[in-house]
Amino acid sequence: MAATDAVLPPGRPLRMKLDRDAWTKRAVMIVIGLYLVAALALPLYTMMSKSFTTYRFDLTRYEFQVDDGAGNWGPVVSAQALNDQLGVFAADDLRASSDSRLAPTKLFPDFSFRSPVKYRIRGLGNAPFLVGLDLKRGGDWVELDSNTFRRVNFRPVTARGLGNYITYFSSPTLVGSIANSLTIAVISTIVTIGVAFGVAYALSRSAMPFKGFFRLAMVLPILVPSLLPGIALIYLFGNQGFLKDWLFGASIYGPLGIVIGSVFFTLPHALIIISTALSISDQRHYEAAESLRASGWRTFWTVTVPGARYGLISAAFVVFTLVITDFGLPKVVGGQYNVLAVDIYKQVIGQQNFEMGAVVSVVLLIPAIFAFVVDRMVTRRQVSLLSARSVPYQPKANRRADTIAFLWCALTAIFVIGILATCQFAALVKFWPYDLTLSLKNYAFNRMDGGGWASYGNSLTLASATAIAGAVIVFAGAYMVEKTEGFAAGRNLFHFLAMLPMAVPGLVLGLAYIFFFNDPSNPLNSIYGTMAILVICTVTHFYTVAHLTALTALKQMDREFEPVAASLHQPFHKLFFRVTLPVCLPAVLDIFIYLFVNAMTTVSAVVFLYSAHTQLASVAVLNMDDAGDVAPAAAMGMMIFYTNVAARLIHAAVSRGLLAKTQAWRVR
Amino acid sequence: MKTTMKSTLAGVALLLGAGAAHAGELTVYTAIEAEDLERYAAAFNAEYPDIKINWVRDSTGVVTAKLLAEKDNPQADVVWGLAATSLLILKTEGMLEPYAPAGLENIKAAFKDGDSPPAWVGMDAWSAAICFNTVEGEKKGLMAPTSWADLTKPEYKGSIIMPNPASSGTGYLDVSSWLQIFGEEEGWKFMDGLHENIAAYTHSGSKPCKMAAAGEAPIGISFEFRAAKSKKDGAPLEIVFPTEGLGWDMEASGIVAGTDNPEDAQKLIDWSISKAAMEQYNVGYAVLAMDGVAKEVEFLPADLESKLIKNDFEWAANNRAKILDEWTKRYDSKSEPKT
Repeated sequence: MAATDAVLPPGRPLRMKLDRDAWTKRAVMIVIGLYLVAALALPLYTMMSKSFTTYRFDLTRYEFQVDDGAGNWGPVVSAQALNDQLGVFAADDLRASSDSRLAPTKLFPDFSFRSPVKYRIRGLGNAPFLVGLDLKRGGDWVELDSNTFRRVNFRPVTARGLGNYITYFSSPTLVGSIANSLTIAVISTIVTIGVAFGVAYALSRSAMPFKGFFRLAMVLPILVPSLLPGIALIYLFGNQGFLKDWLFGASIYGPLGIVIGSVFFTLPHALIIISTALSISDQRHYEAAESLRASGWRTFWTVTVPGARYGLISAAFVVFTLVITDFGLPKVVGGQYNVLAVDIYKQVIGQQNFEMGAVVSVVLLIPAIFAFVVDRMVTRRQVSLLSARSVPYQPKANRRADTIAFLWCALTAIFVIGILATCQFAALVKFWPYDLTLSLKNYAFNRMDGGGWASYGNSLTLASATAIAGAVIVFAGAYMVEKTEGFAAGRNLFHFLAMLPMAVPGLVLGLAYIFFFNDPSNPLNSIYGTMAILVICTVTHFYTVAHLTALTALKQMDREFEPVAASLHQPFHKLFFRVTLPVCLPAVLDIFIYLFVNAMTTVSAVVFLYSAHTQLASVAVLNMDDAGDVAPAAAMGMMIFYTNVAARLIHAAVSRGLLAKTQAWRVR
Repeated sequence: MKTTMKSTLAGVALLLGAGAAHAGELTVYTAIEAEDLERYAAAFNAEYPDIKINWVRDSTGVVTAKLLAEKDNPQADVVWGLAATSLLILKTEGMLEPYAPAGLENIKAAFKDGDSPPAWVGMDAWSAAICFNTVEGEKKGLMAPTSWADLTKPEYKGSIIMPNPASSGTGYLDVSSWLQIFGEEEGWKFMDGLHENIAAYTHSGSKPCKMAAAGEAPIGISFEFRAAKSKKDGAPLEIVFPTEGLGWDMEASGIVAGTDNPEDAQKLIDWSISKAAMEQYNVGYAVLAMDGVAKEVEFLPADLESKLIKNDFEWAANNRAKILDEWTKRYDSKSEPKT
């Protein structure tokens, strides 16, 4: 008995022994994690804190002395005391923006600029004030005659608080944008999902002809900046548009234009997701439905739609986020219809009110993050419908259904290609609508805003650098996260950081970069205004999708490779370069082209960050349109389109060549 | 594979160093019309071939915002060709380095900062103008307006485009001049009436005229330089200079305090008010900072200068935030576009 009662002494806690490889992997992961912290988390934090920086006039910090006109100075009196007495400025009047001014003459009821009375003013604790246009600070008395005292203005001092948010929510113009943004995002989402579902359904469930062509045509919008459809819509439906009558007097400037343009540029995104959802369908379900004599309509609602519901929800949130965060399109065709994304631009660029820009950014983050969270929850619940016994669906010819499917796709394709053709036409016409001869004068970019042909060269540099650097960083990060053992906290944190960019609108990221990098006390300050900051910003902006692509490819690889390599005493980098990378090469190339195309078309993230050396083609489209050079803007937009088409073709050729070399093992 | 990684890193390192400033190079922030930049730079380089200009060109509002954003860490060496009202704001922030350029005495008093040495010097003036599209006007049965007050007539409903004063220098020039011409109360009343007729507010000051030129609307409130250019391009435009007087602003230049290349910056400012420079400005602008140089500009009246109002720049600069606030409150909340 006694023997069995004896308790074994507790042994040493088990710990995984880390070899050199494991340490290297963790170190690389930490380095890339730090990159994400510096390029994403810290700038966002800085921006948030900026939104709490307020400006106000601090009356306690100004003091006056008034003489009696004969050189005898009265007592020193503070502006606060005078205001308490007279109550000329309410609390609201003292709230300010960085550019506000407040004239103190109102504190002196008998002030007249003609009187011989002299005034002295000083600011305590470096409180700033203007005499005319000269900035004064400090506690020395400044003596002024009445006529000059008239030209004195207080400048605001900074404080911290919720003042900006109070101002925001008490301004009907700004708050109205929230409803506007939500409205157009919801309507665009419903329309886009409807159109995209129809096309995806036709592509996967019908036996219509020209499927390959339709597949190709529908992804074209991904290759152009989002503001390009806006330009095309103006040519088509503007006051001089050749299809103006189709709108029956409605104006294209405003929600209508934004919605139509949004459908154009979000269609490929929705289509890709819904197509994937529809393609994993099981023939056996349809056979079962048929043998139960369910009508086609019933089969559609009980088999097709439920099977694709996660795809539909996911696509809806992606489209919603794209529309609500997009800024190029409402800027071009939004007319006076204010939306959040354009408000940020207007606050920062127009009114130089960076703090209010930060507030609107925070407001815009809320729906974007909400959509992101819902999407992640839905994706997690998605279970594989495809089992080993599934039989892929084979569409049967059905004359009536196929005709409808064909018409639906044809109309959508005409819409997509029509928009692009309109832009190309606009780019070639000499002086719309009065001189329709064709010319290349709109391609003389050097005589326009936006940086000329150099900006096109810069865009190529940015796209290439982003694609190369991004593919390396993203794939390395994904590999370390996927193949590192243990270290769960670190891996979860890394995963969170990698998913975050999806929820951050480009414009918000760009603004956060100004606040973070253009601060002289930041050691990374030297990259401000260089190509490097544009590359970092763009890689970060598009990090999530690239990261998910890499993860998917890595997850397909058997986890046995690492133990085998370890038991053979092979270092992990040898395995990485000999096995993992070659196997995942298609995914790496996909990441490459994804980043390239997006870097060519992105406007929102880089619009605050470009400098003299680094103007970009996509921003040039925006700036030329802004200056009224709409045709050259269309021309530059189409240059981006052709470049991306060429990049895609090269990508396809290279992939095919490399795949033949590295993926031969896939073919048995 | 390793070598590709290395060359990538080398490429990134190269990119990192790309933005550093060099002697013999000036980063110049400007709002000069894009099509003039090359010509101005070429003329400057004819005299100073060793100084390379790197332009950062954008509309007035954008350049001003950029400069203010970089207040604690200026990226520009020189501001050449920005609205005087913007330079006044920079001055109130202490961002300009006072400098008396050679030939300052040849510049009209109104075209330079009153301080000595001045913080900024002017180049030329641009003034408000209305672009009226005669073809579209005829289609709609509209007569060209002759005064600002005409623009509030009900027949022009939905026919007028003007720049948003919050983002466009030209737009602010219009609004501040109306407040000076009509007085504050009447000025706002005039804008209330005008607002009823506005089809759209644009972000840039040249766009209304270009839109009028393209027939998007019959009337664009813009400025005279753009109007003349568009007319020259073949647009069916009549350029109207309203009888009450024209708001105006000047293009001006100054050295950004803290530049690490002050010698070259001074040379550029010297040249910016030279006769050679004035002749370049005169290609598009009829009113110059220097007397006796200006020749007539095609499509612009010879007596343009006499139509300009007496503009109180200090008032316009110091009241900018207040006026824009009021303007935004009154007119920017229009949620439905007018047809």
